[in-house]
Amino acid sequence: MININILKPTSSNFQTYLYIGSALIFMGIFDVFLRSFFNINYLTFLPGSLNFLFPLIIGLVGLQMIRLEYSGNRIVDKINQNINNNTFNAGLTLIIIFLTLLVIPPALDWMILEATISGDTKEACVATEGACWTYIKVWFRRFMYGMYPNDFHWRINTAFIVLIAFAFVGYFMKGKLKNYITFYYAILYPIIAFIIINFLISGGSFGLEWVETNAWGGLSLTFIVSFFGLIFCFPLGMILALGRRSELPIIKYISIGYIEFWRGVPLITVLFMSSVMFPMFLPSDAFVDKLIRVIAAIILFEAAYVAEVIRGGLQALPRGQYDAAKSLGMGYWKMQIFVILPQALKLVIPGIANTFLALVKDTPLIFVVGLSEVVGMLQMAKTNPKWLGYAMEGYIFASILFWAICYAMSKYSQYLELKYKTER
Amino acid sequence: MNYRIKSIIPQLLTLLFVLAVIGFFTINAQLNMEERGIDFGYGFLNQESSFDVQFSLIEYDGSHSYAKAYLVGLLNTILVSVLGIIFCTIIGVIVGIARLSPNYLIRNTAAWYVEFFRNVPLLLQIFFWYYAALRALPLPENTEPLFGVTYLTVKGYYIPRLLWENFDIFIYSILASIISIVFIRNYARKLQEEKGQQLPVLLISVGLLLIFPAITFITGMVQLDVTFPVLKQLSKTSFIYAEGISVPPELIALVLALSLYTATFVAECVRAGIQGISKGQKEAAASVGLTPNQILKLVIMPQALRIIIPPTTNQYLNLTKNSSLAAAIAYPDLVLVFAGTALMQTGRAIEIVSITMLTYLTLSLSISILMNWYNKKIAIKEK
Repeated sequence: MININILKPTSSNFQTYLYIGSALIFMGIFDVFLRSFFNINYLTFLPGSLNFLFPLIIGLVGLQMIRLEYSGNRIVDKINQNINNNTFNAGLTLIIIFLTLLVIPPALDWMILEATISGDTKEACVATEGACWTYIKVWFRRFMYGMYPNDFHWRINTAFIVLIAFAFVGYFMKGKLKNYITFYYAILYPIIAFIIINFLISGGSFGLEWVETNAWGGLSLTFIVSFFGLIFCFPLGMILALGRRSELPIIKYISIGYIEFWRGVPLITVLFMSSVMFPMFLPSDAFVDKLIRVIAAIILFEAAYVAEVIRGGLQALPRGQYDAAKSLGMGYWKMQIFVILPQALKLVIPGIANTFLALVKDTPLIFVVGLSEVVGMLQMAKTNPKWLGYAMEGYIFASILFWAICYAMSKYSQYLELKYKTER
Repeated sequence: MNYRIKSIIPQLLTLLFVLAVIGFFTINAQLNMEERGIDFGYGFLNQESSFDVQFSLIEYDGSHSYAKAYLVGLLNTILVSVLGIIFCTIIGVIVGIARLSPNYLIRNTAAWYVEFFRNVPLLLQIFFWYYAALRALPLPENTEPLFGVTYLTVKGYYIPRLLWENFDIFIYSILASIISIVFIRNYARKLQEEKGQQLPVLLISVGLLLIFPAITFITGMVQLDVTFPVLKQLSKTSFIYAEGISVPPELIALVLALSLYTATFVAECVRAGIQGISKGQKEAAASVGLTPNQILKLVIMPQALRIIIPPTTNQYLNLTKNSSLAAAIAYPDLVLVFAGTALMQTGRAIEIVSITMLTYLTLSLSISILMNWYNKKIAIKEK
C-alpha cells in the first residue's frame, strides 16, 4: 500500500517519525526561546513574515509527525491526547507556548529583576526601568489602615483579632449550648462586633482617643464594611425570601416590590441616595454617621440578591417536605426553621457565596461618598505629587490582594458545599 | 374564623410598618424642604443647564435644558452597555467553549482567565485600564497608524468618519432585506414540513442582506464618503487628529473593563449550558445519521441556548447597571451628568436621584419582561 501522506506515521515507522518530529518541535520552541530571552535570531536569512512564522510552521509539522492514535510510548500518548489531538489544537498549543515564552522575560524584568524595593523616597526608583515596589512599601500602612493615626493602628489589629476569636466560639459550644449556636451567630455576635468596633476602633471612651470615620480607610475599612454587610444582609434576605413565598398577598407583594426595586438599580445610585438624599428624610436634628449610612445602604441592596438566591433553594425543595412537616403538626415558623430552611440553605451555598463575593468586590464603590478603602487609597496615593507615575504598581498590588481574598472565599464555599452535600 | 384572623394580623402589621416608615420619611422630607425653602417639582428640567459635556452622541451645549442633558447621559449609558454586551458575548462564548476544549493548555488558560478577572473588583479593573494601561499609549504626534487609517493614542482612538448621503434610505433597504429574510425563513420551514425539501436559508439571507443595500448604492440614491483622521496642531506642543471620529479613552477603558469582567460570567453560563446537554442527545442525533455540524446546529445549540439565555440576560443587566461606574473615570454617563453635575447645580437631590433610579429600574424591568416572554416562548412544551 502506498502511503500518500508522508507526514502521517504508522506504527511500524513511528520511531523515525518520533525523532524527526520532536527535533522539529524542539527547534521551534528553542528559536522562540532564543528570540525572547537573548534577543538572538538565527533565521535572519529568511524573508520577513516567513522568519516570523517559521517556529510555528516547523512546530506544526513536528506535532503532525508524532500524532498517532496509539504509539506505545506513554509520554507521547499523553501529549497526543491532551494537547495534540488535531491540527487546530496543535496550532493553539504552540501559540500558547510561544506567547508564554515571549511574555516571561519582559514581565520578569519589570516585576523582579529590575524592580526596586529599597529606600524610602521616590529617588530610589528613578534609576531603574522596572517596578517601584518602594512605593508600595512606603504607602503600605495607608493601604491597610487609611488615614487612621499611625499610633493607633494596634487598636484596629486588636479589634480584628478579638472579632476572629469570637467567631470561633461556636466551635467550642458543646452539648446543651449547641442549641443556642444559631442565636449566638445571628443576634449576639453582630452586637458584640458592633460594640468592639465602636469602642476600640472608633474610641471616645476608656481613655481611647476618638477617631472620626472619615479617617478610616484601606483594607481594614473593606473588612469592616463587608463584615457588617455579610452578617446583616443574610437574615434580612432570608425574611424577604420567605415573604416572597408567603401565601399572604400583602406580605408577598411588598416583598416582591422590595426585591425587584433594589435589584433593578445600580449600587452606585443607592450610595448616592444614602449620601445626598437620605439626610433629607431624617428629622433635621438627627445625625447618622456616613459610614453607618453606607453600610445600611449596602445591606438593604445586597439583601435583595440574597433573598433571590434563597428563594431558589426554597423552590427546589420537594413539596413532600412541607406536607410532612405540616402533618407532624408543626406551625409555620417551626416548619420553616427546623425543616425547610436548613435544607434550602444547604442547597444554595454556592449562590450565597457568589453574592458575598459580589459584596466584597462592591466595597470599593464607597468612594462615591468620599470614603476610601484600598482602591480609594490607591487613587489618593497616585495623585500625591511626590509619587506620581506609579499607578501600575498600585493596581497590581491591589488586584493581587483582592484576588487572594475572593479566591480563598470561593474555595471555602466549594469546601462547604461538599461538606454539607446530602444525597436525595 | 381563627384561621382568617391568623392570616390577617401579620399582613396588617406589615402594612402598618411599611406605611409608618414611608410616612415618617415623607413628613421629614416635607419639613426639611420647608426649612430650606426648596419646593418639590420637576420644573427645573426645562431650565437652561449651562454646563458642557465632554462626549455626546447628540448635539448638546450649555444652552440646552436639563432634560436634554439627561438624554445625553442616557444615550452615553446605552452606548457603553451595547458595546459592552457585544464584546462580552464574543469573548464569553469563545472562553466558555475553550473551557471545554480537549486541549489541556487551552482549557487551563481559559480557566485562569475566568478565575482572575472575576475575582478582581470591577472598579479596580476600570482604574487599571484607564490610569495605567491606556496612559502608556503614545502621544498623537508619535503614533503609528493601526490598520493603516486609525490611530490609537493617549488622547483616544481616532477612526475614519463615514459621511452618508440619504442615510435613511440605506436603513430602509436594510429593514426591507430583514423583512424579506423573515418571509423566506417562514417559507423554508413550511416547505420542509410539507415536502421535506431544504432551502439554503443562510446563503439566501446573506445574499439578500447584501443585495438590497447594494442596489441603493448602484442607483445612486445613497452615497458614502470617508474622511480620514489627519494630524492637526493645536498649539506648540499639543496635537490632535481632526476630521475623524474620536473615541475618548474613558469609553475605551470602560468597554474593555466591563466586557472582560462580564465575559467571565458569560463564559461560565455558556459552559454550564453546553455541559447541561446529556451525552445521549448527541449520540441519538448521530445514530439517526445527522452530520456533526447538523448535530451542533439542530440538536445541541437549541437545547443549550435554553439553559444559557436566562443567566446570560442577567449578566447583561448587571453590565448595564455596572456601567454606572463610568462616573469614577469621568465618562459622562447618566450618573455623572445627571446625578453628578446636574444635582450639584440644582441641589434637587430627591427629584434627580429618583429619576436616575427610575431610569435604571425601567431599563432592567423592561429587559427582564422581554426575557421572560422569550423564555416562555422557547420553553419545552410538555404534553
